[in-house]
Amino acid sequence: MGLEQFKNRNVGTQNYTMVDAGHSPQGAMCQFKQVVKRTFKGELFVGLWVTMRSMIKALFANDMHTVKYPLEKLPISPRYRAIHDMLRLLESGHYRCIGCGLCEKICISNCIAMDTRYDENQRKEVSEYTINFGRCIFCGYCAEVCPELAIVHGPRYENASQQRAGFSLFEDMLTPIDKLNLQQEYDGFGAVSPNADENIKQTPLAY
Amino acid sequence: MEVTWIGVLIKAIIILAVISAIAGFGTYIERKVLAFMQRRLGPMHVGPYGLLQIAADGIKLFTKEDIVPQNANAFIFKIAPVITAATAFIALSAVPVFPDFTIPSWIPVLGGTFVPSIASDLNIGVLFVLGMMAAGLYGPLLAGMSQANKWGIIGAARTAVQFLSYEVVTGLSILAPIMLVGSLSFVDFNAYQAGGIGDWLVWKQPVAFVLFLIAGFAETNRTPFDLLEHEAEVVSGYATEYSGMRWGMFFIGEYANMITVSVIAAVVFLGGYDAAGTLGWLFIMAKIAFFFFLMLWVRAAWPHVRPDQLMWLCWKVLMPLAVVNIVITALVMMV
Repeated sequence: MGLEQFKNRNVGTQNYTMVDAGHSPQGAMCQFKQVVKRTFKGELFVGLWVTMRSMIKALFANDMHTVKYPLEKLPISPRYRAIHDMLRLLESGHYRCIGCGLCEKICISNCIAMDTRYDENQRKEVSEYTINFGRCIFCGYCAEVCPELAIVHGPRYENASQQRAGFSLFEDMLTPIDKLNLQQEYDGFGAVSPNADENIKQTPLAY
Repeated sequence: MEVTWIGVLIKAIIILAVISAIAGFGTYIERKVLAFMQRRLGPMHVGPYGLLQIAADGIKLFTKEDIVPQNANAFIFKIAPVITAATAFIALSAVPVFPDFTIPSWIPVLGGTFVPSIASDLNIGVLFVLGMMAAGLYGPLLAGMSQANKWGIIGAARTAVQFLSYEVVTGLSILAPIMLVGSLSFVDFNAYQAGGIGDWLVWKQPVAFVLFLIAGFAETNRTPFDLLEHEAEVVSGYATEYSGMRWGMFFIGEYANMITVSVIAAVVFLGGYDAAGTLGWLFIMAKIAFFFFLMLWVRAAWPHVRPDQLMWLCWKVLMPLAVVNIVITALVMMV
């Protein structure tokens, strides 16, 4: 099947299949017949069975949908854009940021402020780096533009606070040097969530 | 065993205390059952499995600010919830609730007092209960009309329409079993069906049973027919301006009515209780619990109907069916 028939926007010229939706009864006798038919069809009991089946499954097959949120959390997608993380090189433990300043340039809400200088080896080092999370709109441009995968979006989404401005320093977002072995590599924007397989379900069309 | 006034008094206090408690517990059961049917957990945090939620709700209801709207008719506004709760409990005085027992003689003052299963065994028990439930219509009606609120007025109008119409169906549907038994006393109904499952009136009067159940749902304002306070249409209907314990009394009245309808259905159609043994009382508890559960189950499963569909159902389907049922019963009895 090609795309042509989807691109045809002239209503009425397409080849539609009409769905048989029944017809409303004509006349008193037809109405009466419909009432009798519906009365003895037992559709109401199908409804009762559906809810009962849900209850049995919820109670005995552990098919409960509630997540007790502060106590339990669902795994979030790697595509989720929460508070930024600054990653380190796994081999040397040095931070990955090369001080290129692209993230600061591309930031559309102007919330990244950074300052760099040359260290004694003539390498760029980051002397100041803050993100104002009161302004940040979590668009993800900084992570996308970063050539070194140094700034990425982490999984910390519980960032409600009592004041509007909230500055995060470079050291706050940097992976702690003793937790380097726990550092999660960034899966990228196209990655699927870790529990993607569980989330696949049949479409509930038939009861 | 002789029924003394002190026994009746004790019985009345037992009915009030236990049914109020069950009504409170019923809210917990309802929330839990609805939650399970929607794959939720329901109340979980107050006490183990949320069991103390009733206490939390009670504290909230009792301590909430008591508001009477400015333009409301304060006297009627205040007395309307009392009517609902009172008529619900008065109706319960003529139905059998819990077995007969004699207070053991080692208890100081009340020892040896006989407490009957029915607070007052009227010879017109069925008629009295139906009449009392019909009088319960004044609760929502006066509440809706006194509160100076448009939603309340609509709720009150729907009350009058729904309750008055379905009174007809309840009365007519239960008339056929009454003709078979030849008595209006619940004890006679019980005695008529004493021979086991084969003697239950539901086999002889299946149509009357279904009609009574449907009308019972309408009379207790339960979900396919909860037009009086359906949130999506009339905010909260007659209860819009009520809060705190006044609203709580409507709630207790509704749950007491649910229990009453369950008891009537169990005694009249499903064999009732076995007066001799303890097991019979367990069975009637199970039957009442089943009808109570059915009300919650239906609420989870079915959508509610429009007012015009409700009237259509009552006057064009249920009422003629009930009359035909009576005529056929009469013909069969005559032949």
